[in-house]
Amino acid sequence: MRNCSIAVQRYLPHEHAEPFWQHFTVPFDESTSILDALNYIKEELDPSLSFRWSCRMAICGSCGVMVNGIPKLGCKDFLRNYLPRNYLASESTAAVSAAEIRIQPLAHFTVERDLIVDMNEFLVHLEAVKPYLITDAGADETPLEKHAQTLAQTNKQTPAQLAKYKQFANCINCGLCYSACPQFGLNPEFVGPAAIALAQRYNLDSRDQGKAARMPVLNGHNGVWSCTFVGFCSDVCPKHVDPAAAVNQGKVESAKSMLIQMFTGRG
Amino acid sequence: MQQHEFDVIVVGGGGAGLRAAIAAAEEGATKGTAQGATLNIAMLSKVYPMRSHTVAAEGGAAAVTRADDTVEAHFADTVAGGDWLAEQGVVDYFVRHAHAELVQMERWGCPWSRQANGDVQVRRFGGMKTERTWFAADKTGFHMLHTLFQTSLKYPAIQRFDEYFVLDLLVNDDRQVQGVLALEISTGALHVLYAKAVIMATGGAGRVFRFNTNGGIVTGDGMAIAYRHGVPLRDMEFVQYHPTGLPGSGILITEASRGEGGVLVNKAGYRYLQDYGLGPETPLGKPENKHMELGPRDKLSQAFWHEQQAGRTGKHGDSDVVYLDLRHLGKAYLQERLPFICELAQSYVNVDPATQLIPIRPAVHYTMGGIATDRYCETAIQGLYAVGECASVGLHGANRLGSNSLTELLVFGRLAGEQAAKQALAGAASAAVDTAARTHIGERCYQRWQQKLSHLCDTQREMRSWVPIKRALVATMEAGCGIYRDEAGLQETLATIHQLQQDAQHIRIGDTSAAYNTDLLQCLELEFCLDVAETICLAALERRESRGAHQRLESAYQARNDAEYLQHSQVFFRANAPAELRWQAVDTHISAPAERLYGGQTAGEGAKDA
Repeated sequence: MRNCSIAVQRYLPHEHAEPFWQHFTVPFDESTSILDALNYIKEELDPSLSFRWSCRMAICGSCGVMVNGIPKLGCKDFLRNYLPRNYLASESTAAVSAAEIRIQPLAHFTVERDLIVDMNEFLVHLEAVKPYLITDAGADETPLEKHAQTLAQTNKQTPAQLAKYKQFANCINCGLCYSACPQFGLNPEFVGPAAIALAQRYNLDSRDQGKAARMPVLNGHNGVWSCTFVGFCSDVCPKHVDPAAAVNQGKVESAKSMLIQMFTGRG
Repeated sequence: MQQHEFDVIVVGGGGAGLRAAIAAAEEGATKGTAQGATLNIAMLSKVYPMRSHTVAAEGGAAAVTRADDTVEAHFADTVAGGDWLAEQGVVDYFVRHAHAELVQMERWGCPWSRQANGDVQVRRFGGMKTERTWFAADKTGFHMLHTLFQTSLKYPAIQRFDEYFVLDLLVNDDRQVQGVLALEISTGALHVLYAKAVIMATGGAGRVFRFNTNGGIVTGDGMAIAYRHGVPLRDMEFVQYHPTGLPGSGILITEASRGEGGVLVNKAGYRYLQDYGLGPETPLGKPENKHMELGPRDKLSQAFWHEQQAGRTGKHGDSDVVYLDLRHLGKAYLQERLPFICELAQSYVNVDPATQLIPIRPAVHYTMGGIATDRYCETAIQGLYAVGECASVGLHGANRLGSNSLTELLVFGRLAGEQAAKQALAGAASAAVDTAARTHIGERCYQRWQQKLSHLCDTQREMRSWVPIKRALVATMEAGCGIYRDEAGLQETLATIHQLQQDAQHIRIGDTSAAYNTDLLQCLELEFCLDVAETICLAALERRESRGAHQRLESAYQARNDAEYLQHSQVFFRANAPAELRWQAVDTHISAPAERLYGGQTAGEGAKDA
């Protein structure tokens, strides 16, 4: 086992007015993740370090942090990524001091404590885009019995129709894209990449009829037009959801719906 | 002390909790409105709902779907898979309601994988006679959880308490549930929430073992809370080892890998399962239901143990491993059907499944047992329900078949939600609540926990970490309560657990902050784990036979013994004394116990069915 220097930004709201840095030495091998390192620190060095985690397999979305200034999932980012090439294979036993790894809470969110940020700031945007299937079930016109029969069957959806939105359905709500987004940093009211991707996920679903209900949020002052297309949100996404593409598609949709509104007075 | 009043409280925001909350909300909107009452539902979860461990389920959800399949066949597979320890009336209800629940998920937007004609696609799964497992690529639990969470946002009756850690239940002298006590993680404040019905949906307890596929939050909280109030934990000795976890981490590699045609080989490249009653060997790329790699999980994990004993396993780091071969499936097919598996193998063992073998080994995956409930998900405490992995409604018996549990949380989540809503509506219609008595219970519980928490964080005491106790617990469980067990090992493990329970009395938390005190939470989780571990170990010790996932090494106990042990174990909590075990009859009114048959032994089974 080799050792690696890790600096963690701490914040204890009741004990210290300001965040401060704390330095640790952590043993590691080629499979040690940032999350493993944090758990080592908590269990061996300082039990008061707080952070969120659970699945450790990059699917629950709990453990987002900034590593050397870049938003990362702690469980899917490895210490080996921050070392000189071939370091692990070499015979050198020198401490890796040149490559100190700096871990901070996700940027652009309110820090609650240590590496824990206020995820409600993300969830309000997610909820605002009505992220569920909206259908005009037509229950009023259909005789009740027939309606019940329809409900007992699945909708048809071809693999091609599924493929249209599937990528946007892979978002794990980790919030990394919000930390990557300069617009969200400037304007916390911006709906933001993941929520727009989720809106698109439903807008593109062949079973959905709720686009009109979602467009006001996307068209609004804090909707898709806030995005300046930096594209960093897609770079940092650990699940290749490509929220930037969703935002771009959203702009096209938004432009269309605004044109229609101009000519017909309807949304 | 902050107090809240609700009609129904759901503890846990995973698949079962969300499905129950939605069902309760719908029941309230229809029946409730008809009688002029509205139902207010609280959902408390120690994590944001989409972090719940349902998210990590990969393979799929089972329901009879194809024209050539029958609910009788799904029933037979489940009962035989569970080695006849399942409650047969419950299994019958389950297989009959499974399909409608998966259709409901489709209508809520779940992105099920599809056939070319737009119908839902089904895949093979271990122990299932016919293809009947619905899937959303290899992230079925993820998609189900997010679909349920997002759908739940439509219901204003559901009020979420995200990151509230439930500590205790409020129960009156008449054994009726009155509510819960919870810790608000962001502030450390304690809240008393009153309700007429409480649904426990807190998940399993896989973290009691060192090597497991579970997330860090899977610590048996709800099981321990109900158990401390006198509700028995049932069939706890049946702990499922999933045959394919990644070495080191235990990260899950889905059974769907084998359903799609993956094969298992030992270090010599030999498909060893043919030596364990699962053969004859099926040709590469031509998987057959209930043969070889599509045998049930208990048998596959046991076969690994024998290969390991015989020295035919390979090494990956410190781990003994066998290998999962997916290479013949080709890159394109793997990307379509098993994209997450490719990603996991690359990230965590640096293997490309399209060109290399994936090293794997069994890892603790699922607790078949749990909080004992009747067929309506109600426990021995009136108004207290339990559902999902934390519960033992009696579906899985001695071994769960893969893809039955995702459907379970839907079928029984809905049932528990409806039952709890009915209970709450009946309560609303009946005599007024004795609020004074109830408040007294709430206050007493609040004070007891206030005292306990201050004691744990009392800086006058010497700091004593929970970490060594946790490490000793998971190590002893793996050593004494693993795939194969014997009297001496179980006795030693039970004694160790009792000692660790004593040691835990001396813990003093290092973190004294009120906000997000995760050190305190992990200590409380460990205390839950210790109680749950005791029930697992005691039941394993007392079950002197081999059945399903519970295998004894002593020659006298190597066979199933229906004469003495065709019974559920029920472990009862006793304050300041070792737990007590009692046996309970099993419902076998539909299918008499018979031998479990897999591989070539199943020939002629069709004739018997007919």
